[in-house]
Amino acid sequence: MIRLENISKSFYKGTTAVDAVRDMNLTIERHEIVAVIGPSGCGKSTLLNMIAGLYAPTRGRVVYKNAPVSDVNTDVGYMTQKDNLLPWRSVRDNVAFPLELAGVPQAERARRADEVIRHVGLEGFEDRYPNELSGGMRKRACLGRMLLYGAETALLDEPFAALDAQLKLAMHDLMLRLVAENKQTVILVTHDLMEAVTLADRVLVCTRRPATIAMEQRIDLARPRDVLNVRFSNAFKEHYDALWERLRVEYQEERV
Amino acid sequence: MSQSPPASDAPAAMPFGAGRATMLLWQLALGIGVLLLWQGASGRLIDNFFISNPVDVGARLYRWIADGSIFAHVAATLYATGMGFVIGSVGGAILGVWLGVSPFASRLLNPYLNALNALPKVALAPLFVLWFGLGIESKIALAAVLVLFLVFLNTFAGVREVDQDLIDGARLMRATRTQVIFKVIIPSAMSWVFAGLKIAMPYALIGAVLGEMIAANRGLGYLVQFSGSQFDSAGVFAVLFVIALLAVGLNWLVEIVQGRMERWRIVSR
Repeated sequence: MIRLENISKSFYKGTTAVDAVRDMNLTIERHEIVAVIGPSGCGKSTLLNMIAGLYAPTRGRVVYKNAPVSDVNTDVGYMTQKDNLLPWRSVRDNVAFPLELAGVPQAERARRADEVIRHVGLEGFEDRYPNELSGGMRKRACLGRMLLYGAETALLDEPFAALDAQLKLAMHDLMLRLVAENKQTVILVTHDLMEAVTLADRVLVCTRRPATIAMEQRIDLARPRDVLNVRFSNAFKEHYDALWERLRVEYQEERV
Repeated sequence: MSQSPPASDAPAAMPFGAGRATMLLWQLALGIGVLLLWQGASGRLIDNFFISNPVDVGARLYRWIADGSIFAHVAATLYATGMGFVIGSVGGAILGVWLGVSPFASRLLNPYLNALNALPKVALAPLFVLWFGLGIESKIALAAVLVLFLVFLNTFAGVREVDQDLIDGARLMRATRTQVIFKVIIPSAMSWVFAGLKIAMPYALIGAVLGEMIAANRGLGYLVQFSGSQFDSAGVFAVLFVIALLAVGLNWLVEIVQGRMERWRIVSR
């Protein structure tokens, strides 16, 4: 459904070009959950920005549902590490924002937003403002908003990186449930290998900048997955070790 | 030679650490003290002709209020200030948003706007008298021009400061360009616009008073100019007192409105 054809992306700092992504080829199937993992600053976020149509690749092209992406790709929901809730809007108005943009009447907007807010476990916080919420609650609000937008593809850029370990598990569980319910395709960028193996159908290891795909591992753990216990199975450990072996090379090169 | 801080065996009774009520008392005491000094110095140290004295100024204020003559002047100045402020703010905000979202126009107009901004706007007063006559319109124009540039510069900066991620987020959710401007850019720049309005408020008053000083037959600026030309220092001080009261009142108004409109910012403090 999503195809990256030989894409490269360079940024210019003055006159010197910095290659963020080089000659990447990748195909992502419908309803697949793909995790991209690699050293920080390796160009993973650039990858998502290109799929979202926010950046154009320097070379190659992004194909989404058989059409090349040439403008902002409105079929995707994008969740960044920094939650981009609008600070002057209450949780309800933030979650309902995509409906407001689509011209849905006020009463229906509020009703549907409240329903989703309950679903992501933010009941009682409808009238709060983002700066009154904890980091985890803001992520929940972002998930709710994406849900209400009804994006068929979710681009997640280290969405849970700033959360503590327990909260992360709760969010993983919520995310897997929501993705399954809404039959979304997911591309998750992370530098947490545990997170990648827990959530994904397929894990891609990126090299250091410029990013290329160094390794691909299919994670054939059964679904639905129990995010609390899946990590203790032998199959999980094998996947984890295989990926870690390759990742270690990248990290070691980085240290030198 | 080393110096040790002066030792004191009595606990320091410093007014800096005083509570609100005590501080208010100190502030009152300072005000009364200055008035007493003024009254004492007048006629003894300095000629009453130049600095008048609080009793005369108070008497003058009382007379103007009693016969109601001051209110026509206050009303004229307030009207010119208010109209100038509203016209200048709306114009400045619209210009700021427009140039903020259109890179072509902002680059095109940049040198001209810089030149206009560097120009002392007060120098435009004769032109406004020529265009709008001796009536209230020329005062409104002067106040509006002063306000316009301040609000424009702040709005422009605010629009440029809008978090690109918020804009991208909205565009990914199928927001049109108009929706991005009205639902993301303008609300986000609001705090900057308000900072501009707050700075501009006193300038609206300055513009109105200056306009009245140059050519008018009404308003506090006219009255201060007229009193001065009559060598009536008590009258000048009385008008200054009224203008200061107006300035404080207007600032207070802006702060109240800002507090209402920016609930989310106050919460974050």
